[in-house]
Amino acid sequence: MRALDLTTALVVGGLFAVGFHLLLQRSLMRLLFGFLVLGHSTNLLVLMAAGPPGDPPITGEGHAPETFADPLPQAMALTAIVITFGVTVLLLALVYRSWRIQGHDEVRDDVEDRRVGEEVLES
Amino acid sequence: MTDWLLIAPVLLPVLAAGLSLAVWRSAAAQRLLGTGTLTAVLAVSAVLLVLADRRGPLVLAVGGWPAPAGISLVADRLSALLLVVALAVSLAVLVFAIGQGTAEGDLPRTPFHPAYLLLVAGVALAFLTGDLFNLFVAFELMLASSYVLINLGAGEGRVRAGMTYTITSLLSSLLFLTAIGLIYAATGTVNLADLGDRVPALPEGIRSVLSLLLLIVFGIKAAVVPLHFWLPDSYPTAPAPITAVLAALLTKVGLYAMVRTQTLLFPRSETWTPLLVAAALTLLVGIVGAVAQQDVNRLLSFVLVSHIGFMLFGLSLYTVGGLTGTVLYAVHHIAAQAALFLIAGLVVGWSGTAKLSRLARTAPAPGLLAGLFALAALSLAGIPPLSGFVAKLALLQAGVEQGGAAVLALLAAALLTSLLTLYVMARVWRAAFAAGGERPPAARGRMRGLRLMLGATAGAVLIGVAVAAGAGPLARLSERAAVDLLERSTYQEAVLGDPDRRGG
Repeated sequence: MRALDLTTALVVGGLFAVGFHLLLQRSLMRLLFGFLVLGHSTNLLVLMAAGPPGDPPITGEGHAPETFADPLPQAMALTAIVITFGVTVLLLALVYRSWRIQGHDEVRDDVEDRRVGEEVLES
Repeated sequence: MTDWLLIAPVLLPVLAAGLSLAVWRSAAAQRLLGTGTLTAVLAVSAVLLVLADRRGPLVLAVGGWPAPAGISLVADRLSALLLVVALAVSLAVLVFAIGQGTAEGDLPRTPFHPAYLLLVAGVALAFLTGDLFNLFVAFELMLASSYVLINLGAGEGRVRAGMTYTITSLLSSLLFLTAIGLIYAATGTVNLADLGDRVPALPEGIRSVLSLLLLIVFGIKAAVVPLHFWLPDSYPTAPAPITAVLAALLTKVGLYAMVRTQTLLFPRSETWTPLLVAAALTLLVGIVGAVAQQDVNRLLSFVLVSHIGFMLFGLSLYTVGGLTGTVLYAVHHIAAQAALFLIAGLVVGWSGTAKLSRLARTAPAPGLLAGLFALAALSLAGIPPLSGFVAKLALLQAGVEQGGAAVLALLAAALLTSLLTLYVMARVWRAAFAAGGERPPAARGRMRGLRLMLGATAGAVLIGVAVAAGAGPLARLSERAAVDLLERSTYQEAVLGDPDRRGG
């Protein structure tokens, strides 16, 4: 059983809380920031899965394999960072588009949902 | 050695997407490239299905790194079967999109073709991958292309709906990544076959948490009630072919991932009650939602949500019969749901409105369309001898065999849902196809590309008819796939090699 780094655990937990709080806001910009923070906290969590820090692996510098850091979560986190980065840009473009069209960046209610709801209440 | 065939369904569309971007000036070249690639990949996946059925799962270690260390692509009966159906439907939808003109759109040129090919590549990778992290990448590839497709044109309503879709999907992706991180921390591997050995050895509590986390992640993708809210808001705003392909494929990929992970990683020997409850909720909430709708596309979206419940039902039983039903239902549902959305697209094109009340006042749509709708709608409602009946029968038999009060209650909910589906479809029929309206249709003269669109829709309906016609062999194939799913050892041995030589 590996020892858990308490500081990282607390940071990840805090970031998750902040991210979800922002994600629940109505302003699209805050939503975007929430997504960014959540992305970071998830990547940190994946890195945490690697266990304690260690010597650089694969380079072949003659350390004992037990002291190597686990490279796989690092590779996974890198892939995830690239993906999150790309999607964030797309999301930013969408937010901008929404702001251009509507003049504000609030999430709108679904019109059709409202209408169906009112019809049901009337009948 | 035929293992290299496994990479084709992923690699060909990706390469073609790149080429398609390069030849963006020529619509004809893009069309040829898209349809040509999908046809080739369809042929390859049909070969894969035959091989996987005869010889057992095909495995390709990507980059030559052997299984638990490297990424493996695996085609067993389930994934190959779903791949074949998914590709056949996506080809039909592409032809429809070309006919409708969604594919090219107005200037400036939309990136429809490249995005569509990447979407297909993502779907194929999700079906074929044998690695949990790779599955995440496949989902991202598929979803990123779907964000592009659903936001094409980006009018006001589209942006609002696209936003909901994008943010919900992104959140589920992050949760998926979290689940992968936790699973890796607990087991030290992300290879599905290897996880199949290690996860059952974990303590009960951790196993439940991981299982539920994955269930929620794929539940969002597959639109399981109460995680379905995004779907009826976002799908209907996209053009018909895009809605059709997202509805037919994306939810099924989520469902496939759910079936694969829950059976391989978390083997159970009895009915799984939480999933049973989710299945019942999905069935009922979905169909009641559909009854309340006034818009054809939204109505169909709710029906889609509702019928996901049938597939969950089969999975929750954890028996060969139940999983056979799930596989059959997924195959049938991909074809039927895509066909219905395409027909709805044609009806909306004909009458110029998607509202049921206004459709009723418009002159009825032509007879050929009515015939196609009848086939697809009756099949979805489960009227014999169409494909939906075959799949529902398999599920009901499995349920009766299992017995128990909860299962029987769910069976009642399933039957009620079938009846209500018939009612909902009858409403659409009365509005769109029954005589009575006087208002002239919006389509003046001949709609451009109408033949292609009709041909593609007929193709999608015919896939459903073929499922019904080949019900016997298909049911046996699904049963063999279900046996593989529950036994697990076939899949694991194919990926990891002989258990005796595996380092314990």
